[in-house]
Amino acid sequence: MSKIKFGIVVFPGSNCDADAYNAIINDMQQEAVYLWHKETSLQNSDVIILPGGFSYGDYLRTGAIAKFSSIMNEVIRFAKSGGTVLGICNGFQILLETGLLPGAMLRNTSLQFSCKFVHLKVENTNTRFSSTCSHNEILKIPIAHGEGNYYTDTATLQELEEHQQILFRYCDSHGEVNEESNPNGSLLNIAGIINKEGNILGMMPHPERTTNEELGSTDGKKIFLSLIET
Amino acid sequence: MKTPIINLQLAQQLGLTEEEYNKILSLLQRTPTYTELGIYSVMWSEHCSYKNSIALLKTLPRSGGKLLVSGGEENAGLVDIGDGLAVAFKIESHNHPSAVEPYQGAATGVGGIMRDIFTMGARPVAALNSLRFGSLTDARTKHLFKYVVKGIGDYGNSFGVPTVAGEIYFDECYQGNPLVNAMAVGIVEHKNTASAIARGKNNLVMIVGSSTGRDGIHGATFASEEISEKSEAKRPSVQVGDPFTEKLLLEATLEVIKAGYIVGIQDMGAAGITCSTMEMSAKGKSGMLIDLDKVPLREENMTAYEIMLSESQERMLLVAKPEHEQKIKSIFDKWDLHCVTIGKVTDDGIVKIMYQGRVEAEVPAETLVLGGGAPVYIRETKEPEYLQHTRPFDFSQLPQPKNFNTVLEKLLASPNIANKHWAYEQYDSMVQTNTITQAGKSDSAIIKIKGTKKYLTVKTDCNSRYVYLNPHKGAEIAVAESARNVVCSGGKPLAITNCLNFGNPYKPEIYWQFKEAIAGIANACNILETPVTGGNVSFYNESPNAAVYPTPTIGMLGLIEDAKHITTPAFKNAGDEIILLGKNTGDLSGSEYAKVIHNIVAGSPTIDIEFEKKLQTCCLEMIYNGLIQSMHDISEGGISVGLAECCIFGNLGCTVNFAETSLRKDFLLFGEEQSRILISVKPENLNTIKNLCEENLIPYEHIGKVTTTKELIIGKEIQKGIEQLQDIYMNTITNIMKQAL
Repeated sequence: MSKIKFGIVVFPGSNCDADAYNAIINDMQQEAVYLWHKETSLQNSDVIILPGGFSYGDYLRTGAIAKFSSIMNEVIRFAKSGGTVLGICNGFQILLETGLLPGAMLRNTSLQFSCKFVHLKVENTNTRFSSTCSHNEILKIPIAHGEGNYYTDTATLQELEEHQQILFRYCDSHGEVNEESNPNGSLLNIAGIINKEGNILGMMPHPERTTNEELGSTDGKKIFLSLIET
Repeated sequence: MKTPIINLQLAQQLGLTEEEYNKILSLLQRTPTYTELGIYSVMWSEHCSYKNSIALLKTLPRSGGKLLVSGGEENAGLVDIGDGLAVAFKIESHNHPSAVEPYQGAATGVGGIMRDIFTMGARPVAALNSLRFGSLTDARTKHLFKYVVKGIGDYGNSFGVPTVAGEIYFDECYQGNPLVNAMAVGIVEHKNTASAIARGKNNLVMIVGSSTGRDGIHGATFASEEISEKSEAKRPSVQVGDPFTEKLLLEATLEVIKAGYIVGIQDMGAAGITCSTMEMSAKGKSGMLIDLDKVPLREENMTAYEIMLSESQERMLLVAKPEHEQKIKSIFDKWDLHCVTIGKVTDDGIVKIMYQGRVEAEVPAETLVLGGGAPVYIRETKEPEYLQHTRPFDFSQLPQPKNFNTVLEKLLASPNIANKHWAYEQYDSMVQTNTITQAGKSDSAIIKIKGTKKYLTVKTDCNSRYVYLNPHKGAEIAVAESARNVVCSGGKPLAITNCLNFGNPYKPEIYWQFKEAIAGIANACNILETPVTGGNVSFYNESPNAAVYPTPTIGMLGLIEDAKHITTPAFKNAGDEIILLGKNTGDLSGSEYAKVIHNIVAGSPTIDIEFEKKLQTCCLEMIYNGLIQSMHDISEGGISVGLAECCIFGNLGCTVNFAETSLRKDFLLFGEEQSRILISVKPENLNTIKNLCEENLIPYEHIGKVTTTKELIIGKEIQKGIEQLQDIYMNTITNIMKQAL
């Protein structure tokens, strides 16, 4: 099987770019290239990753300035033509700012940054991001954010549910989706959503932090593996 | 702005003494300009010159072992870890800024220590911090705690370095003067290290990073005086941090260093352009001609004095050959950072500062710096009165507790012992994907070194109550405990950095504490073979009420050679045998039990460092031979809290019984005598462990078993459900902080 090429966008202030690169190359044994924000070529990448971090310092609003980067015009074009895009944490925030995914992020209800392992319930396995997961599988993957409190209007929320766009919900270790297992106050415990077409995923948890046994979980591998095998 | 008249009175206003002012007059053979006076005042401030500490610091073991540069020679220590790699690490205080502006004070403390690491060419891989506040029942303490933690988090999280370990203590003595000590650890290939030196006549001097504003002027001077009611007015002396710019500066700096374009580089911390130009020139025995008109400014009408003394953050001074100027500029341009040539290197030892066509300063660099012309004082010492009362205290007069379960609950709920995850979860501890374990889950943090089989293990430690009660032994204990914590994670202790937080050195009692503590650190470091790579001294930690406890925080670096050696405190399997290494003496000196239950701070803590060395060596041998299931250092709260923590982390119970002893039960269960370690081992390894202990003359006692019944049972005294202990231990601080503001 030929290797999948992941293009990892580097904004000034990205700080999980190297982690994603390392996970793809060393743990997933695939190809990866960095895409500098001032460039306009996606270098024939099969999958684009918008990594975590604090692009442009997250000044103004998380992800708000990144959407004006040169590279983002190409990423948007790529996504609209069906290309696979994975936004992690700050990447998810950028996807919301560009409108590639609906909704917005509020500050965590605790008003505090929160970094810890959480559990996610996989609610749709019929996507290119989750095909190797089983239905309702529980993944253990960490979060690290101050603004992951997903919000949108009721109509959009209904639409997300109807089209099975809610891919991951925060749950406890037994799979219970409730207020206690929600680390940031997001609506319906949303941790990750896809677009209607299913080629764009935004998620707050960091799968690139769980591709190696030593780091406490390998559940992040399943997301990358789904992309590789699709 | 009109230039003031230069005289002794002005010099004193800037923090100089009469003796020092006269020394300046004789060094220059003329009256200094206003800018020059400002330069001398900050360079000779305690913060930059170490004038009251350097003579004693030189008595510490500062070379040998795996050290690649001697302690204090560069911006941070450098330790060889094999595979062509070295570790740069250092701890530094940001106490005074954090006392008046906790968020920015703590944030810029993190930023400053990070720059010390990457200015050496090393990529920061871990951040730690050692924090001390007043009593957590106090509203102001909650405010300081909340915003110091937020400041550390917001800076480190955005900068992209995991904050993995540290310690947080609460005590009334820190009420008016909290301590915020930040430590950073970085990794560099030997061939890519950089030095803070200016040499080569006509080489270029460049300023890179942020523009220069009026923030932080005289920050170094502010750090060199006691906190008083007037301190609030010094809020403008606190710098403002921008982690985003620092992240760009990190990437650009490492890129130019790796490309080999740099002759020398120094970050701008205290005393900004002044300190970096003077120190780099003095180190290279060169000089500089600087044109301040070229410095990118963020405010209008700044004077030479203000530009020279500004402590605007996220700036670096670098020296490069003229042929590399364009290449360097293009790298900084890529990262959208300023990079401007502001002068050149000369060879006459003079730093000459030009601004708007005038000579603003012309001073011999050597006269300004530590090790050169900066004053060196050895102050008067006097043993403090209080020791006459605390030292001979007889603990047997304390009443025995009626209910030991209640005592254990109270100790686990003491903010000094209770788990601090409320704070640690606000830090990104996992970015860079190297974090194996972190603060609040193990005795020291463990960081994987990608591309090798090795791991770093790091910890900060200092029980300042011990140091207060016995400065010499207390300091030895701080070194020993940090090393013990590293050993308990499977690491060999390599070297330390220290942050020495004390009161006003002009008070003989304070200076006595300082001198005694230095002697203790020196002795412990010599015997444990962990040289001092550098660090920082912070005097004047006093509020109108009193000085803080003497707090020599130790940052220990250890190396784990193989994944198989990684060890944690959590009990692993029911049926494992629990063994206590070391000897119970029932010493309540400075203990959390004496303080929390009896409101007594007394006694005189002690330690035998030679024995500690033997114990640590033996423990590493057990780990290397694969004999250990869990290992945990016994510290605050004594053996009962130690056992409770092993159960809480492992989600298992244990049943423990001690051999007959003449010790009072509360002394036995809550005493904090040093050099004791709890291990659990598989039953089949029990004999091997006993033999090893006997061979190495390590006292041991087989005290019990790990159990599936989720209960902690110790003799007839303690019987508690683990879930209840977990609830107290894990949630106390979160509950207290929920009520905060």
